[in-house]
Amino acid sequence: MDDSRTTEPDHSAASGPGAGDPAPDGLDARLVVERGAFRLDVALRVAPGEVVALLGPNGAGKTTALRALAGLAPLTDGHLRLDGAALERTPPESRPVGVVFQDYLLFPHLTALDNVAFGPRCHGATRAEARARAAEWLGRLGLAEHAGAKPRKLSGGQAQRVALARALATGPRLLLLDEPLAALDARTRLEVRAQLRRHLAEFEAVAVLVTHDPLDAMVLADRLVVVEDGRVVQEGTPSVIARHPRTDYIAQLVGLNLYRGQADGHTVRLGTGPSITTTEALSGPVFVAFPPSAITLYRDRPTGASARNLWRCRVNGLESHGDQVRADLTGELPLAADLTTVAAAELDLHPGAEVWATVKAAQTHAYPV
Amino acid sequence: MTRTARRTLQMTGVGVAALLALSACSSSDDSSSAKSGPTGSASAPASDKVSGTVTVFAAASLKESFTALGEKFEKAHPGTKVAFSFGGSDSLAASITGGAPADVFASASPKTMKIVTDAGDASGTPATFVRNQLEIAALPGNPAKIASLKDLTKPSLKVVLCDKTVPCGAAAQKALDAARLKLTPVSYEQDVKSALTKVELKEADAAVVYRTDVHAAGDKVEGVEFPESAGAVNEYPIVQLKDSKNAEAAQAFIALVRSAEGRQVLTEAGFLKP
Amino acid sequence: MTLPATDRSGAAADTLKGGPRRRLRRRSVRTGGRGLGRGVPPALLVPALIGVAFLVVPLIALLVRAPWHGLPAQLTSAEVWQALRLSLVCATAATAVSLVLGVPLAWLLARVEFPGRGLVRALVTLPLVLPPVVGGVALLMALGRNGIVGRSLDSWFGITLPFTTTGVVVAEAFVAMPFLVISVEGTLRAADPRFEEAAATLGASRFTAFRRVTLPLIAPGIAAGAVLAWARALGEFGATITFAGNFPGRTQTMPLAVYLALQSDPEAAIALSLVLLAVSVAVLAGLRDRWMTAGG
Repeated sequence: MDDSRTTEPDHSAASGPGAGDPAPDGLDARLVVERGAFRLDVALRVAPGEVVALLGPNGAGKTTALRALAGLAPLTDGHLRLDGAALERTPPESRPVGVVFQDYLLFPHLTALDNVAFGPRCHGATRAEARARAAEWLGRLGLAEHAGAKPRKLSGGQAQRVALARALATGPRLLLLDEPLAALDARTRLEVRAQLRRHLAEFEAVAVLVTHDPLDAMVLADRLVVVEDGRVVQEGTPSVIARHPRTDYIAQLVGLNLYRGQADGHTVRLGTGPSITTTEALSGPVFVAFPPSAITLYRDRPTGASARNLWRCRVNGLESHGDQVRADLTGELPLAADLTTVAAAELDLHPGAEVWATVKAAQTHAYPV
Repeated sequence: MTRTARRTLQMTGVGVAALLALSACSSSDDSSSAKSGPTGSASAPASDKVSGTVTVFAAASLKESFTALGEKFEKAHPGTKVAFSFGGSDSLAASITGGAPADVFASASPKTMKIVTDAGDASGTPATFVRNQLEIAALPGNPAKIASLKDLTKPSLKVVLCDKTVPCGAAAQKALDAARLKLTPVSYEQDVKSALTKVELKEADAAVVYRTDVHAAGDKVEGVEFPESAGAVNEYPIVQLKDSKNAEAAQAFIALVRSAEGRQVLTEAGFLKP
Repeated sequence: MTLPATDRSGAAADTLKGGPRRRLRRRSVRTGGRGLGRGVPPALLVPALIGVAFLVVPLIALLVRAPWHGLPAQLTSAEVWQALRLSLVCATAATAVSLVLGVPLAWLLARVEFPGRGLVRALVTLPLVLPPVVGGVALLMALGRNGIVGRSLDSWFGITLPFTTTGVVVAEAFVAMPFLVISVEGTLRAADPRFEEAAATLGASRFTAFRRVTLPLIAPGIAAGAVLAWARALGEFGATITFAGNFPGRTQTMPLAVYLALQSDPEAAIALSLVLLAVSVAVLAGLRDRWMTAGG
């Protein structure tokens, strides 16, 4: 969320599905895959040069969508057009698609160079041509000195780049990345994420990546498509989604308290429960969101009447993050509240403790459903 | 790899189980506690003393006739049971000298009988009870028009012989030598039944086997007699074994084989009188 | 087996003497990691040792009872060499046939879902439980001069398999191929099929993916299966003698020579068995060493 891109949402929104006419170039797909009780039904439109992230919890169907795009899972229904050509019936080996798999799936018996040369060879290049092209790609990704290494000798970050080079070496019109950073440890991840962002920015065709990590999605993608239980629940630029989450899952991902209710002026009534006072004056069904850090906790009912959003809660659990403590509260309103370790100690917080929680109206954010 | 190993192990397990089951079967000769001492009243087949199980090791060519005799024996002596083990005479002799529990040994050649007597495993002297003569087994209808041993040397014919190490092969060689013939077969078979099977399945055009085998094959083969066979007649000796646990029954069974009744069954199967 | 045991007693001796601590510790670590004594429960050790004895003692008995004085005569006999050569040639050819037909079959069973796959798998492994002699008879009925397929082979191409060296190869392959199929299929099932998917996304057809990715990945499993098949083919007796008969130089392989020698001259049979045993051990040990170094 501290990403600079959040300040420039307009650029990517223009090429999103809201832009109107279907572009002749790029990806236009409606992916329907039925497998037993599970049904995936996702529509995707991605312009060339755009990076879209499919974001969602495990089992939401993101990887199935990716496999359908690659031709590894057959479509039950829907369509798939890439640069105007229909690909529904095209076998995976004939699609202009490159895939970076979650654990890379580098061929263990081939060197990094031969892994990258594999695609060009399959596309009819001679051995020498294929190797030359592979060497070029490895060089471009800073792996020239690892060309002769077998995959098991490569570090996680290097393997990831070899996998990217291998996927790009066939000149795909659609690049698919399945959890591209999941196999890396935290430190490598930071570095590789930045590199990957640079490479994706240079890629001129369509890129779709799948992740369950909101940070990866927000750093790498121009646009997010949030998938839950096989359907798209929200899509938009990272900044829009971060500020206006529409489901509990997204709210949790971006670290916000999210409620749905009926607005009447500055008051939002949450079902039969309490109401929240907001700065925006709206009417009809709305979402209200505020960050956990906007909450102030008291052991006794505060006497000052400044906070109109005042709820009586009980501590359900405490979790420590660095010098912050995240308190999970139940009661009138389920809440996640952040406070410093010192504050938590002064308040003598423990599971079961009774507290009063307040939020200033200025720190809440209401938007129509 | 691990999977395969596991599967192989399971299979080995099955094999071992089968082996155990087999050995359990063969060792279950809980025959008789009726050990009334070696009184040696052998010639009386209807003796009431005869009971329990008598185990007979017999040459494969005796299978049909001995099985019939075994039924007669069990009928004549209620409460007895004849257990047969048919096989190549050599294998049987090897089993006996190796300590296999048997009461009677009926061999297809004096040579294999000698293995047993030399090892001191026989009780008494072996007696020849039948003779067997070679015959050519040809395809039904004799399409190749084989009439003599010499006809078998035609290069267009596929002929199988028994291997020289087994009695029927040795006898055939003797006959060929006597006729001064040189015959190159397509195969030297391990025993007479395999040689016959090759003709029965029409893989070979002819085989040199025993009269009794041609007899037993019915109309699946056609027998062709040849005069040289007279020079290579096989004698079948029978003997009671020293380690017999049921001497009375063993003697009674040998007596039945050598009786007129027994001889009739054997000649019906194609054997010659001794 | 003896080396770690020695180490262990060495460590014990050090303890008694109050030997240098560091050395003791290092040794006991090594013992703990590789030794027989620690960490091997008797419930596994005892049956394992009985198993070794069960498999090895009969072979030792063969060695003890071997007529060593007669061995030179056997080894210089042309017939023995003929049978041995034929055995090696036929077993190798049967292994080659098993590889050419068996590896694709294993791939089909492991990777392609089709109706009746379980049945096909069961049928394919049937020769494992079929008594070899019955297998030989079945082959005669199928491929013999008068067999359901062999009849056409004979009338169309003039090919008859029984009583020929090719027949020996056919019989041995029939008995040995299931070992290879089972081994390779097991390896294929353990191998990650997503490598083939990765190859497909790179433009490889299914066959190219099999040839350039799957085959190298399962090479060790194929090698193990080939060794099993070769060993089985080398020792094949029942199907061979039934289908191909027994003629020196043409269809008489070592096991047939051994069996027939057993009828007349058991000592010669033992000598022949030893020759076969020595050759197989030499070949198998040689192959194993090569893989070990190649496999890293």
